[in-house]
Amino acid sequence: MRRLKGLLIALLAVPLSAGTALAKVHVVSTLDDFSSIAESIGGDLVEATSLAKGYQDPHFVDAKPSFILKLSRADLLIVAGLELEIGYLPPLIDQSRNDRLHPGNAGYLDVSNGCEILQRPTTQVTRAMGDVHPFGNPHYWLDPDNGRVIARSIAAKLTELDPANRTVYEKNLSAFETRLDGKDREWKAKLAPFSGSPIVTFHNSWPNFAKHFGLVVAGQIEPKPGIPPTPSHTLEIINLISSQKIRAILVEPYFDTKTPKYIGGKTGATVLIFYPSVGGTPEIKDYFALFDTDIDALVKALGGNHP
Amino acid sequence: MRKTFGIALLLPGAIGLALAEAPSPEPARPDPPAEDRVASLENRLAEMQRVYDARIAALEAELAALKGAANAPGPATPPPAGPPVPLPAAAPSQTSNYFNPSVSVIGNFLGVGGSNHTATLPAADLRESELGLQAVVDPYARADFFVSFAEEGVGVEEGMVSFTSLPWGLLAKVGRMRTSFGKINTLHLHVLPWPDEPLPVVNLLGGEEGWIGTGVSLAKLIPLPGDVFSEVTAQVFRGDSAGPFATQSRGDLAYNAHYRIFSDLTESTNLDLGLSYGLGPNGITDTSDTRLQGIDATFRWKPLRTATYRSASVRGEYIRSRKDELVGTASAEGWFLSGEYQLAKRWFLGARYERAGDPDDPSLRDRGEAAILTFWPSEFSQLRGELRRRLYATGETADEALFQVQFAIGAHGAHPF
Repeated sequence: MRRLKGLLIALLAVPLSAGTALAKVHVVSTLDDFSSIAESIGGDLVEATSLAKGYQDPHFVDAKPSFILKLSRADLLIVAGLELEIGYLPPLIDQSRNDRLHPGNAGYLDVSNGCEILQRPTTQVTRAMGDVHPFGNPHYWLDPDNGRVIARSIAAKLTELDPANRTVYEKNLSAFETRLDGKDREWKAKLAPFSGSPIVTFHNSWPNFAKHFGLVVAGQIEPKPGIPPTPSHTLEIINLISSQKIRAILVEPYFDTKTPKYIGGKTGATVLIFYPSVGGTPEIKDYFALFDTDIDALVKALGGNHP
Repeated sequence: MRKTFGIALLLPGAIGLALAEAPSPEPARPDPPAEDRVASLENRLAEMQRVYDARIAALEAELAALKGAANAPGPATPPPAGPPVPLPAAAPSQTSNYFNPSVSVIGNFLGVGGSNHTATLPAADLRESELGLQAVVDPYARADFFVSFAEEGVGVEEGMVSFTSLPWGLLAKVGRMRTSFGKINTLHLHVLPWPDEPLPVVNLLGGEEGWIGTGVSLAKLIPLPGDVFSEVTAQVFRGDSAGPFATQSRGDLAYNAHYRIFSDLTESTNLDLGLSYGLGPNGITDTSDTRLQGIDATFRWKPLRTATYRSASVRGEYIRSRKDELVGTASAEGWFLSGEYQLAKRWFLGARYERAGDPDDPSLRDRGEAAILTFWPSEFSQLRGELRRRLYATGETADEALFQVQFAIGAHGAHPF
C-alpha cells in the first residue's frame, strides 16, 4: 500500500517539478490581515484565502463545513493564536484530514510568536472578568512593529515549505519592511500632534495600536470583554468622556452603534467605525490600507474640534 | 538546540520539585546529607536555568538590535521586535499535569410546571452534569470523553478516539458516540435549540437520549464541483447499544450510513442537507430488524457584519421507521419543523412543530407544538423558557412550561454549528 502511495506521489510530482519548484503554496489564514501579509511576501508564489471576513467579529466565527474544504486543500494555516480562534478552529483542523495543519506540524503557523503581546494576566483570571484571554490580548497585529514580526515569521515559514524560492521571499520581505518603515513614519507623523490623547473604544481591541501611536485608551463601552453595555457603565463612560474631554469613540464594525451614538450625542465625541482587519471595507485591500484608513479617520476625528 | 537544553534542564528540575513537594508518609529517612545534596543540586539547576535564560534573552536582544541596525531580513527565525516576551507567569510544576486533558462541566437544570401523565418529568431536576475531558492522544489521534451524570447514576454519553491523520481523506472514530443519524441526534442535549428532544427522536430513535452507539465510525470527504462540502459516514455498532435496537446475539450488529452536503448559498446564508439510513436487530425474533430512514435540512441566515446580533435558522427532520414484528412490519414516521430568530445579542425566539408515530403501533400518533425564548447572560450561561403543548395518542393534551438553566465552567469548547 505504501509503495502504491509512493508511486502516486512520484507520478504527481513529475509534472510539478517539471515546471518551477512547487505549484503555488496554498495559504489559509484565519484573518485577512495575515493573508494580506502572506501575499506581500509570497507574491505570485502563494494563493491566500481567509476564514473570517474583515468586518466580522473574529471571536465568533461559525465552524462551517465549507471551511473544512478550504483547510483540506491548504499547505499552510496561519492563525492569530492566543485562543482567539478557540471557538471554531480546533474542530475544523480535526476534520480537515490534513495532517500538516495540526499544531506543531510544518503547516501550522501561530504568528503571535515573537510579537509583543500586551495584557497578559499576571494574576488568577476567572470568567467573572468577562471573556478574558489568559494568554494576553489577541489583537496584537494592530501594531505595525508586530506586523513586521508577523511578516518575518511568514517569510521564514514560506522558505521552509518552499526552499527553492528562498530569494524571492527574502526580497519581498525586505521590500515589505522597507515600505512598512516608510509608512510607519508617515502614520506616526500624522498622529504625532495627538500624542497622549485619550480615546474610548467599544471592545478591548486596541491596546497595541494605542501603545504604538502614543494614544491612551481611557475606557471601553463594554463593561467587561464580551459583555454588552449596561446603563450604569454607559453613564460612567459619559462622565469619563466629559471630564477628560475625549474626542473619539472607536467602534469595531461588528458592534451595534446604538450605545456609542447615544454617548456621542451626550458628549459631542465623534463615533468612528474603526476597522481592526483587512477587508473591513472594500477599500482596505491590504495591511497598509488598514492603517491608512483608520489613521486618516482618527486624525479627522481628533482634529475636528481643534482650533 | 535551546529547546532541548531547556527541556533537559526543566525535566529533572520538575521531577526534583515534585519529589520535594510530595508529602512523605513516613518520618524523613535519616540521611540528611543526601537530601542536602539533592537540594543543592536543585538550586544549582535552577540557578543555571536562570543564568542561561538571561544569557539567551540578552543574546536575542543583541541579535535583534544588530539585525535592526543592518536592516537585514531574518527569515530563519523572527527576532522579537519589542522587548523580550515574558514567560508565562506560572509554569506547571509537574510535567504530568501539563498534558492533562482540558476539563469542562456543563450543568443542565430543568424545571417543569403544568400537567402531563404520559411523559412525566420531575418538577425540578439537575437533568445532566456533563463532564468533558478532551486532549490530543499522540500525533495521530485525539480523544474526547463526555461523561453524563444524572442526579443519580452516570453514563458515558460519548467516549472515543478520533484518528485525524489518516490518508485518503478518511476520519475514523472508535468508541462510544452519538450516531450520525440526522442532525439533532448528533448534538448533545445542551446545544439543542430547545430544552427537550423533539418527538420523532424520542419515539423513533429510542427515547430522550437518542441513538448512541458503541463501535466504529468512518467518514470520507467526497469531492464535488464548486465549494460544496460533501461527506459520507459509515458506522458499525454493537447491536444492543442504546437506541431503538436490541439483541441477544453478539453477531447481530447495527449499521448506520449518513451523507451530508453543505453549501454556502451566499456569504450570509447556507444550507445543510443530510440523508441517513440505519439498520439493526430489534430483538423480537432472531432475524427481525428495524430499518430507519431519515432526511434532515437546516437553513441558516446570519449576515456576517451583524452576526452576533441578528440571525435566523430553520431546521426540519423526517424519520421513518420500519420494524419487523412477529407478523408483518410496523411502519411509523415522524418529523419536526423548527425555527429560531435572534432578536438581539443575547435573545433568541423559537418555535417548533412536531409529529411522530409509535414504532410498534402505526395507529398511535403524538404531536406537539412549542414556543421558546432563550436568553444568554454570557457565552457561558443560558436561561430558557418553553411553553409546550403535546397531544398524545392516548388522548391526553398536556400543557407544560419548561424552564431551563444551563451553565458551563472550565475549558472553552468550540461553539456548536
